[in-house]
Amino acid sequence: MYTFSNKLKTFSIILMVLGLLGVGYGFMTSHKSLDEVKTMLAEEASEHGGGHADEVTLEVATQDEHTEETTHGEASLSDTEEAHSDDAHAEHVQHQIANRPWSALYVAAFFFMMIALGVLAFYAVQFASQAGWSPVLYRVMEGITAYLLPGALIVLGIAVASHYIGHDNIFVWMNENIVDPDHKDYDKLIHNKSGFLNITGFIIRGLIFIGGWSLYRYFARKFSIAQDNAKDNKNFKKSFRISAAFLVFYIYTESMMSWDWIMSVDPHWFSTLFGWYVFASMIVSGITVIALLAIFLKAKGYLEFVNDSHLHDLAKYMFGFSIFWTYLWFSQFMLIWYANIPEEVTYFVTRIEDYNLPFFGMLIMNFIFPILLLMNSDFKRVPWFIVITGIVLLFGHYIDIFNMIMPATVGDRWFIGIPEIGSILLFAGLFLFIVFTALTKAPLLAKGNPFIKESENFHY
Amino acid sequence: MESVKVIQAIYNDDDVLMAAVKKVKAERHHIEEIYTPFPVHGLDKAMGLAPTRIAITSFIYGCIGLIVSIWMMDYMMISDWPQNIGGKPSFSYLENMPAFVPIMFELTVFFAAHLMVITFYLRSRMWPFKKAENPDLRTTDDHFLMEIPVHGNEKELENLLVETGAVEIKIVDKEAH
Repeated sequence: MYTFSNKLKTFSIILMVLGLLGVGYGFMTSHKSLDEVKTMLAEEASEHGGGHADEVTLEVATQDEHTEETTHGEASLSDTEEAHSDDAHAEHVQHQIANRPWSALYVAAFFFMMIALGVLAFYAVQFASQAGWSPVLYRVMEGITAYLLPGALIVLGIAVASHYIGHDNIFVWMNENIVDPDHKDYDKLIHNKSGFLNITGFIIRGLIFIGGWSLYRYFARKFSIAQDNAKDNKNFKKSFRISAAFLVFYIYTESMMSWDWIMSVDPHWFSTLFGWYVFASMIVSGITVIALLAIFLKAKGYLEFVNDSHLHDLAKYMFGFSIFWTYLWFSQFMLIWYANIPEEVTYFVTRIEDYNLPFFGMLIMNFIFPILLLMNSDFKRVPWFIVITGIVLLFGHYIDIFNMIMPATVGDRWFIGIPEIGSILLFAGLFLFIVFTALTKAPLLAKGNPFIKESENFHY
Repeated sequence: MESVKVIQAIYNDDDVLMAAVKKVKAERHHIEEIYTPFPVHGLDKAMGLAPTRIAITSFIYGCIGLIVSIWMMDYMMISDWPQNIGGKPSFSYLENMPAFVPIMFELTVFFAAHLMVITFYLRSRMWPFKKAENPDLRTTDDHFLMEIPVHGNEKELENLLVETGAVEIKIVDKEAH
């Protein structure tokens, strides 16, 4: 049995406290008055000469991101309304600054939830395919998936709170004015989508997704523990059956979840392979965390039955799914870039102009780094190689989620500062606390699994 | 051509062969070659063969393919005959690069795969119209043949091989490579 050491417990609590302070600081400093924003903009403009002209062109480029902005962007082109345009621009920037702590919190919450969800899917695949190599890692995976229910509820909670407590700081389509034909912010395109994109539907769908995933996780865990001391394989067979059913449910709900929880931040824009793209990020991060946690527990002497062939297989998955992620990222990018349709291409224009470093930086972290470090077969067995690649991969996929949310909510007002780091620390602390607590609840070897002997003797 | 004297032992079971290889190696004899009708798992390790370096050559060929594709697309689409495709007339390689990525990928794989196979054939001394080196036709059916060079110790080797369960033993003069 694993015991959650006091040192680690204190560490995770410190992370949460520090994170909360950072998040609190982010929210406290995000409310700027219009005059403050104007002074700030004037200072920025004087710093780089004719900077204001740049700002206007940028705004035109990103106008599709924000419906309010569409009118303002056009207005700024007319000379007579220049005074109004300055006001409108300052107001827009004021909103972006207010959106930042919300988005920072949301990105970090989603990132850690996605790790647990990716691991759950990977776990179900192991059962559905009756894998023989992995049963020694089942308890590690079950520990990680314990975070799914709280994590996913937090993500949904933040999204809903951004409407009811905040001022639609993440999802513009939640604003009632946008679907009100008489209001100046009315947006016909979003109105047409409001049959799907409305807050009631959003909450109901979210609860169905979370309910389905958590039900599977609850029963899979129950059968897995019951199998430990069982005389026959009845529990294993049940687990096999629900895993197959879950995978069907998962691939639909994961895709719809990615439209709801991520893609709808840009309500005008859509991509048909978005669900797969998010899935790729999810599964890479999940497998990386399985590998890191297994290496950590093995180093502590808890997983003596995990050998370097198991690590080798996990590293192969990290390598392969990193390439899969890149393939999907590029498939999405190239078609949109080539077709060059204004309403589609605006998505990448903002990212390349305003997010150049994170956008291309994540390609290096998520593709070049793992392909070079993990290509050699021998390196896949060296724990510190896996740890280094894994840490870079996790940061890379955080930035991937960052790039999905931030351009729509804060535009060019982004920075990885106290609100972002605070949110990461908060959810990292919570993740560690819940996962390690779950690990103490059951023996670390699923000894009743019919494939456990094969897994223990697994040798590549 | 110089000729060498070798002893050839034939086995009819892969498990017996594996045990024999381990025993011959334990007696510190050098095994020149083993002919088998199918790949025997773990045989290379038992024979003490060095790990293959074909993966390294494959990586190098892949890099060559990548470079060739970059150069090729630059020559074709940028310098030699620039075209307006989908409203993207461009005399800049970098601005057109995303369109070339699939070609880079394909040529990398093409070079790595084909040159690796060719390297493998050449390294195994196989080329068109080559006369087969197989000393006994039955090794393509259900027999296994182990070949050990003889340095004046025929009797000792013969006894050892009989002991390991060889069904047939003969000593032949063979052309050296």
